[in-house]
Amino acid sequence: CVQDLDRTPAFDVTSATVYADPSNYKSVLAKLYAVLAVSGQQGPAGKPDISGIDEGTSNYIRLLWCLQELPTDEAVIGWNDQTIQDFHNLRWTSSDGFITGMYNRIFYLVAASNEFIRETSDEKLASRNITGQAAADARTYRAEARFLRALAYSHAIDLFGSVPFVTEADAPGSFLPRQISRTELFSYVESELKAIENELAASRAAEYGRADRAAAQTLLAKLYLNAQVYTGTARYTDAVTYASRVIQANAYALEPNYLNLFLADNNTSREIIFPVTFDGLRTQTYGGMTFLIHAPVGGSMPVAQFGINGGWGGLRTTKALVNQFPDVTGATDKRALFYTQGQSLEINDITQFTDGYAITKFRNVTSTGRAGSDPSGNFPDTDFPLFRLAEVYLIYAEAVLRGGTGGDAATALTYVNALRARAGAPAITASALTTDFLLGERSRELYWEAKRRTDLIRYGRFTNATYLWPWKGGVKEGRAVEDFRTLYPIPASDLVANPNLKQNPGY
Amino acid sequence: LTITGTVKESDGNALPGATVQLKGTNRGAQTDVEGAYSLPNVPTSATLVFSFIGKTAQEIVVGNRTTVDVTLADDSKALQEVVVVGYGTQRRQDVTGSIAAISSSEFQRGNIVNPEQLVAGKLAGVSITPPSGQPGGGSQIRIRGGSSLNASNDPLIVIDGVPVDNNGVTGASNALSLINPQDIETFTVLKDASSAAIYGSRAANGVILITTKKGRAGDKTHVSFSTLGSVSYNPKQLPVLSADQFREVVNRLGNANQRALLGSANTNWQDQIFGPALSSDNNLAVTGAYRHIPYRASVGYISQNGTLKTSNFQRVSGSLGLTPRFLNDHLRVDINLKGSIINNRFADQAAIGAAVSFDPTQPVYSGNDKYGGYFEWLDPTTGRPNQLAPRNPLGLLYQRQDRTEVQRSIGNVQLDYRFHFLPELRANLNLGYDISKSTGTNFVPATAGLLFNQGGQNNQSAGSRNNKTLEFYFNYTKDLRSVRSRVDVTAGYSYQDFIRENPSFPSLRSGSIQIDGRPASDTISAAGVAFRTQYTLLGIFGRLNYTFRDRYVLTATLRRDATSRFAPDQRWGTFPSLGVSWSLKDEPFLKDTKALSALKLRLGYGVTGQQDLSNLSNDYPYLPRYTISDPTAQYQFGNTFYRTLRAEGYDANIKWEETQAINAAVDYAFFNGRISGSIDVYRKTTKDLLATIPVAAGSNLTNYILTNVGNLRNTGVEFTINTTPIQREGLNLDVNFNATFNKNEITNLLKVPTPNDPGILVGAISGGTGNTIQIQTVGYPTNTFYVLRQVYNESGVPLEGVYEDRNGDGQITVDDRVRYQTANPRLFLGMTSQLTYRNFSAGFTLRGNFGNYLYNNVRSNNAAYRNVINSLGYLGNASPNVLTTGFVINQYFSDYFVENASFVRMDNLNLGYNFGKVFGNTGALRASLNAQNVFVITKYTGVDPEVANGIDNNLYPRPRIFSLGLNLDF
Repeated sequence: CVQDLDRTPAFDVTSATVYADPSNYKSVLAKLYAVLAVSGQQGPAGKPDISGIDEGTSNYIRLLWCLQELPTDEAVIGWNDQTIQDFHNLRWTSSDGFITGMYNRIFYLVAASNEFIRETSDEKLASRNITGQAAADARTYRAEARFLRALAYSHAIDLFGSVPFVTEADAPGSFLPRQISRTELFSYVESELKAIENELAASRAAEYGRADRAAAQTLLAKLYLNAQVYTGTARYTDAVTYASRVIQANAYALEPNYLNLFLADNNTSREIIFPVTFDGLRTQTYGGMTFLIHAPVGGSMPVAQFGINGGWGGLRTTKALVNQFPDVTGATDKRALFYTQGQSLEINDITQFTDGYAITKFRNVTSTGRAGSDPSGNFPDTDFPLFRLAEVYLIYAEAVLRGGTGGDAATALTYVNALRARAGAPAITASALTTDFLLGERSRELYWEAKRRTDLIRYGRFTNATYLWPWKGGVKEGRAVEDFRTLYPIPASDLVANPNLKQNPGY
Repeated sequence: LTITGTVKESDGNALPGATVQLKGTNRGAQTDVEGAYSLPNVPTSATLVFSFIGKTAQEIVVGNRTTVDVTLADDSKALQEVVVVGYGTQRRQDVTGSIAAISSSEFQRGNIVNPEQLVAGKLAGVSITPPSGQPGGGSQIRIRGGSSLNASNDPLIVIDGVPVDNNGVTGASNALSLINPQDIETFTVLKDASSAAIYGSRAANGVILITTKKGRAGDKTHVSFSTLGSVSYNPKQLPVLSADQFREVVNRLGNANQRALLGSANTNWQDQIFGPALSSDNNLAVTGAYRHIPYRASVGYISQNGTLKTSNFQRVSGSLGLTPRFLNDHLRVDINLKGSIINNRFADQAAIGAAVSFDPTQPVYSGNDKYGGYFEWLDPTTGRPNQLAPRNPLGLLYQRQDRTEVQRSIGNVQLDYRFHFLPELRANLNLGYDISKSTGTNFVPATAGLLFNQGGQNNQSAGSRNNKTLEFYFNYTKDLRSVRSRVDVTAGYSYQDFIRENPSFPSLRSGSIQIDGRPASDTISAAGVAFRTQYTLLGIFGRLNYTFRDRYVLTATLRRDATSRFAPDQRWGTFPSLGVSWSLKDEPFLKDTKALSALKLRLGYGVTGQQDLSNLSNDYPYLPRYTISDPTAQYQFGNTFYRTLRAEGYDANIKWEETQAINAAVDYAFFNGRISGSIDVYRKTTKDLLATIPVAAGSNLTNYILTNVGNLRNTGVEFTINTTPIQREGLNLDVNFNATFNKNEITNLLKVPTPNDPGILVGAISGGTGNTIQIQTVGYPTNTFYVLRQVYNESGVPLEGVYEDRNGDGQITVDDRVRYQTANPRLFLGMTSQLTYRNFSAGFTLRGNFGNYLYNNVRSNNAAYRNVINSLGYLGNASPNVLTTGFVINQYFSDYFVENASFVRMDNLNLGYNFGKVFGNTGALRASLNAQNVFVITKYTGVDPEVANGIDNNLYPRPRIFSLGLNLDF
């Protein structure tokens, strides 16, 4: 009877068997992408990837969005969830559940990617007699896993700075990873992206949803644009180089109608370089687009126009964003997607949904007005555009203006005016194209797309008094806060679990 | 002279088979089924001796009476002459461990559904938190505090020798809920490691041994019928603003839009959803012997309604026990079969929270037939139910039909053979099974406001368990008179296998809907991955019991256990124990001390293990696994959606959790056992806790992992005293009291010790998303509250958002939280008393917990003006506490909401009357009147101070129950 002690699972597979069959590889790769979209193996919740925090709340995209938008002028939230109000107050601590959740999602994606990268090395494929097309596919998958790991590490660089470092050389166990400096991690991510640039499918040659060459190039361009902040060394020329590579491949093109970028059929758009995909029936989560479409709906907003069954009455914006536009109706700039009826421009009470204008950017209806596929109206089909061509245009322009070589201001002006033309906004002249103008233009074009905190830090306006917005630092008129807030703290739980780690200064 | 009379037990029941003897002669009689006897030719000077096994004998001088009625009290010492222990029985005097036994005559009475409620408050060291008001609900049982953090803290339950699975069956509240309490004869608790260690790997939280009633050889056919009718009601309502108070608040604080929402009704929503409920419990048992086969067969039917409308629990149970003896009693066969079918209708308990928060100025019914005719808050832009508003509380109840049926059967065959050539040696084989199956449906019509946007719900669920047991042991018992010794040696083998399965069903609508042009479909989501898990336990065990001069006893046990849950290198564990006892009373210097009837010292030490990870989702924590995603968690590549494969985190080296326990005790008895009891002191230290802790980020495929880390310690003192202050002819009074101090502390929780360990947040609360209120930290008890220190003004009113800045950084953040009190009681008490006077009997059970705190989540989540006034298109009610605090926004983390929840509760008050013979002397009738949950004395401001994990959030209130019972024996 002692053999009876060797029980094995009935429905799960063990790692010994999963990699023996090459047809499983794509399903393991799909999981790595899915880490960005769903919270676990059951949609919308259940069998979570990480625990200790509510699943929907801690979804990767939802947290990335909250950490990038809530401490800025672009968004306020009315809820009482844990410490969510601390983001407006710029007063979070190392015990913060949201920050810990983001950190854990990042390192979950890193660890899961490491596992796949380790199991798909050429030696391992050979040892399993996987050859031919199956081996070639596995190599592409492996490059994509390296892209996803680089993406996760890029978020770590941006949000946390100096973090634990693990690669495929570290098998899962109970070891304590070493801490890597922000600069070293930058170099590692840079080298990874350069190494896989040509292993990935050519731009727009991959299946929709999978990372291609342009995705790696865009990520590099974003890193180089912020290199001064991340490493202390400006890399604007590299930013121009990689932005140009994306643009000049001509694989991606601006979506003719700005609004269509954020609708239920945005998967058909030629502008989105790297989406995080959602589906009303098959990719369900309470985070992701479910959050981004339900949470901004409340007050008298007509829910049918959003393709959902009801709003969550949480997210609005401050007048600082509203004032970026010449008028709120969208008549002079279609990107001004505000809902004002019954809403006041001023925010006297953050917890009241009707204080502050609402934003109608993300919706679960198609460009032809059809509602999304979920009959219940809970889960949208809309995908989150993590990278899109418009951002690459703006990176190019800013990098050129900041002294990057290999590009020119005239081309930059064309790109910026192409975005404005699409929005129905008047073109600007060459003299108006300044870095300050570009910060505003990024806000008009990319607001609520999880970029704002990084932009304000790059422009030196996140913490100090040079730029104040309503409720910055938790007071209505706004106030300056300590400079160390440009980095989030390493979560207290990991400082305890891993004594190798040192906290970011100030925390 | 012919003397007649009846003999009764202290609870007033007739005592058949008692012996009445003329003292100094061998003449005597036995009582019949009604407890009556008749003894002719008795001289007036004679003394009659009344005796019965387990009762204190009484001697009565006849005098010139012709009728002598006697009540025989339980003799606690004699009753426990033989106690049930693991794998056999022991003479009470040979017991070295801490064992509490209680038999059917001492059980709690009344409308009792689950067996553990029979002994609530009766046993020191055993804390039984009664179930909420949900019909058929199960209790939480803790023996000497929980010894684990994430592994199970439930004791092992052994029914007629078969260790059963602790896992609840889908649809049944706990493993015991399928046993009819009326079938239970004895309830024995092995509290310390030296008595429990024979169960090795499953004994860390103590062991409960249950034996069921059996027929006896030579029994005449005896039929016993009992029926009990009960009415229950809620003694207390949750405090909410009245309709007038509510109008005042809205008119004072609301804007024009909000004031316009006020209705004109005065609705007490709790009156709507709660109401008195009727229950009945009927049992029929037949005991006797068919030829040479003693048997007992019983059937029971209970139907219990809850005070929350629509909740109902029904159980049909049957049991059959056969105890034939063969080969001149050398082969004893014990066959037990039990079966039950439970039908549950679960009321939607969200209705309780909804009744607390629903606007009292709105009517129950809207006057039109939309949404089932119930008033609902609507979204003005769509006319459909407002998604953020609470739903009509009564609609929640009547528009959901959540039903389950559970079938369970437990059975075993025990063969006990005493060798012909060596009668001191026995071989015992026990083959048992425990299978159960449940099916459920959960239906909400498409018209219900509750799931209107979804099109209602029509879901199925199912589950099954299949557990098998094979145990075999030898026992050798011999009195070695020449060396004044007695040895009792047992050695055996145990094999158990446990399978749990849950198929997956699609999630369906109850009707096809089409809203806002969204597509119509009957399926909400396709079936996910089915669930099946299996684990196996193997064990070999031995016990030596050695008694010298009948007063020095040594017990040593050793068990070696293996579990399939751990890797081959880790799966075997060794669990030894040693116990000694010394009966001082039997020493020459105390032998003649008349007042002292017993004095015994006991000392025990043992190691027990824990591998019960039943609250985790699988039985393979050491294996690297890949899990397939459900159809609702796929990822899109191109136009194809892929079900994903996820690598799971694992700990290849996971191993046994180990609890070392020491116990020192004194058993005492005075005045022929009229005062008796024990004092036990214990310490349990658990190391290599199976705990789920954060892993270093990036080092594993998860952020929290189940691993062996940390230590936990429970220290305590138990005190029991049982007294019989009055014992006279026809009058008897028993008073029993027990007290337990228990201190629980986490002594380590880290792989790498680090100062400033922030601990692990636990204790999810209602309000916001993801908020927690408790923490596990080194140096503190488990489930310590983790709160901000409220600052009050001069008149003692808490100031909104003003807290002590503990870290002095000038800001109030989560880092200013402090550890404050715990949900675990420091002291718990039980007291029972039973009085018998001629045909009357009366008794009560009191129970109290002290030093336990409760987070009043009902208040923290409802006592803020934000609950009333919001910008979301509806009004909500609040707790009147808001009028005191004036809080606008809920202050979830304020220690203001952590309240002292010490209490004293009268669990039970009972009256009985014995009518004696009825139906022309063929039967005996007894009637009883019971009240349960008679009163609670507490300072706690919520509806009930007793909540298992310390967070009071709209508990289904425990009702007060009055029952009338009739017992008929013939």
